[in-house]
Amino acid sequence: MGVKNNMEQIPNVPKEKFKLIHDENNNEQEKIGTPSLTYLQDVRRRLFSNKVAVVCLTLLSIIVLISLFAPLVAPHNPNAQQVTLSNLPPKLGNLNIPGFNGYQNMGGKMVDAYKQAGASKDTFYLLGTDYLGRDLLSRIIYGTRLSLIVAILATLVDLIIGVPYGIVSGWKGGRTDTIMQRIVEIVSSVPNLIVVILMMIILKPGLGSIVIAIAITGWVTMARLIRAQTFQLKEQEYILAARTLGESSTKIATKHLIPNLSSTIIIQTMFTIPNAIFFEAFLSFIGIGIPAPNASLGTLLSDGQKAFRFLPYQMWAPAIILSIIMIATNLLGDGLRDAFDPQSDD
Amino acid sequence: MADEREKIVQVRNLKQYFNIGKPNEVKAVDDISFDIYKGETFGLVGESGSGKSTTGRSIIRLYDPTDGQILFNGQDISKIKSHGPQMKEFRREMQMIFQDPYASLNPRMKVKDIIAEGLDVHGLVKGEEEREKRVRELLDMVHLNPEHMTRYPYEFSGGQRQRIGIARALAVEPQFVIADEPISALDVSIQAQVVNLMQDIQKEQGLTYMFIAHDLSMVKYISDRIAVMYHGKIVELADSDEIYNHPLHAYTQSLLSAIPVPDPEIEKTRERIDFDHSQPFSDDQSLQEVLPGHFLYCNAETAASFK
Repeated sequence: MGVKNNMEQIPNVPKEKFKLIHDENNNEQEKIGTPSLTYLQDVRRRLFSNKVAVVCLTLLSIIVLISLFAPLVAPHNPNAQQVTLSNLPPKLGNLNIPGFNGYQNMGGKMVDAYKQAGASKDTFYLLGTDYLGRDLLSRIIYGTRLSLIVAILATLVDLIIGVPYGIVSGWKGGRTDTIMQRIVEIVSSVPNLIVVILMMIILKPGLGSIVIAIAITGWVTMARLIRAQTFQLKEQEYILAARTLGESSTKIATKHLIPNLSSTIIIQTMFTIPNAIFFEAFLSFIGIGIPAPNASLGTLLSDGQKAFRFLPYQMWAPAIILSIIMIATNLLGDGLRDAFDPQSDD
Repeated sequence: MADEREKIVQVRNLKQYFNIGKPNEVKAVDDISFDIYKGETFGLVGESGSGKSTTGRSIIRLYDPTDGQILFNGQDISKIKSHGPQMKEFRREMQMIFQDPYASLNPRMKVKDIIAEGLDVHGLVKGEEEREKRVRELLDMVHLNPEHMTRYPYEFSGGQRQRIGIARALAVEPQFVIADEPISALDVSIQAQVVNLMQDIQKEQGLTYMFIAHDLSMVKYISDRIAVMYHGKIVELADSDEIYNHPLHAYTQSLLSAIPVPDPEIEKTRERIDFDHSQPFSDDQSLQEVLPGHFLYCNAETAASFK
């Protein structure tokens, strides 16, 4: 009944009053083209529109810059010992900020550790000192530098050896692939701890032997992953199309394979960086890493861990820096992966 | 009459084997010969795995043929080196349209760069401006909006992607285009669109097509001549009307009897002819011309019976 009434109420609108809007609208939509950017410009735009990635990138840049200019930034010589001023808690000037006022819990009572050690009124260490009276902040800055060097070198080895090796092996296939994969198997069958120990026979323990050990063994995983992906990609029709157009193999690798391998490369790199830092830390921890006076995040952690119950700040500071580096690289990696994928665009 | 026309592709005893000498050896294409005339559309049909795609890929030298000759404009291209100047020249003359529009465009490249890939490889354009102009022309030719050239492939539908693939193939101005099941991944409504587009372009530019498909009605619609492949061999080759009206080989007859007809009266009485797959070939058989322009894979006795 109600429906019928409504039907009758519809006024008779003359035809001329109707206007076709859909068509124009559609044409308007069709016209919208994205701005004319190259693929890499597009990647940058997408990366910078990702807030998390930008924050991580900034954090990492700050850390990298500080460690790059370590000699200028560090307030003290990281290896200078002052045994009288050992194990001092953090202190920031003569401002009385809780946690940074130089007070320490001794036998249930808070005492001014700086006064007890007989330090002058102007002496203060922002992050305290270690058991030999070395400035912890300077040691962390230099230690971060060392750990980052290891991480960057490991990444470079991954990218320079691992990626091309995997692409060649996967692309050529057949006998080349068989031989290259047997080499990979031989390399990966030797534990890298053994490689480090062997390196120490030839070289002194230190950065050199760690880096060489990583260079020899580190690229294997990357090469394997890239090979498997290349095998899949090379049968894709767009690769065949590039071949029928006469594109050279090198060009196919750079134009078609690497952009489509980028997510694998980035994700694997995100594993490589923490692995390398931990590998160095582990070697330093068991005593065959960075030799004694020099600091790395690994040696700082192992030193700090010994006195963690009484002097927790000695481990907190390097642990926080290490965590920031890890989290920031991971999130930045996620951002990069999305940035390289056009389809992640909204 | 057919012999007077210029032959653009002559395939002679082409063989394409894989895993030679191993237990899993595959004779994907086994000793086939045929000619393709300039300006025609040559249809190649057959069931899955019959070797029709492999034939296409061997002719365009994505594979190195095991044996036999492929003459393109009279020149043998089956043995030329994969990275020589001769090969580069050949790559301009012959192009391919691929089956899956979702796999045939690099997802990380813009439409502009996908289409211009051939232009860049062969140095056909000077400068960014000319490149862009040419890409616009090509997009226009395949009825796509030239404004869309800065988009990525995922922003297009299947039919549009296939037309981008066609534009890419035509960018280098080839004489001969192999279409490897170009419509089998598309909607039926879009299939006609793409096929008509291909025919229009053929008329405009005088192209020669080799059209690989398994949709018989579509092949009949587009092709001048049709070859039927079965187990790596061509079993019958003739003008498309001839094949449809007078199929001689038992396999062709079986294939044609399987086409559904959109008429319930006929469909009620349509009888499928079964093909005996157990003993398809015998040693004394070969492809011979049994009627003018009509080739049949048979033995001499059968061939004589037609004369």
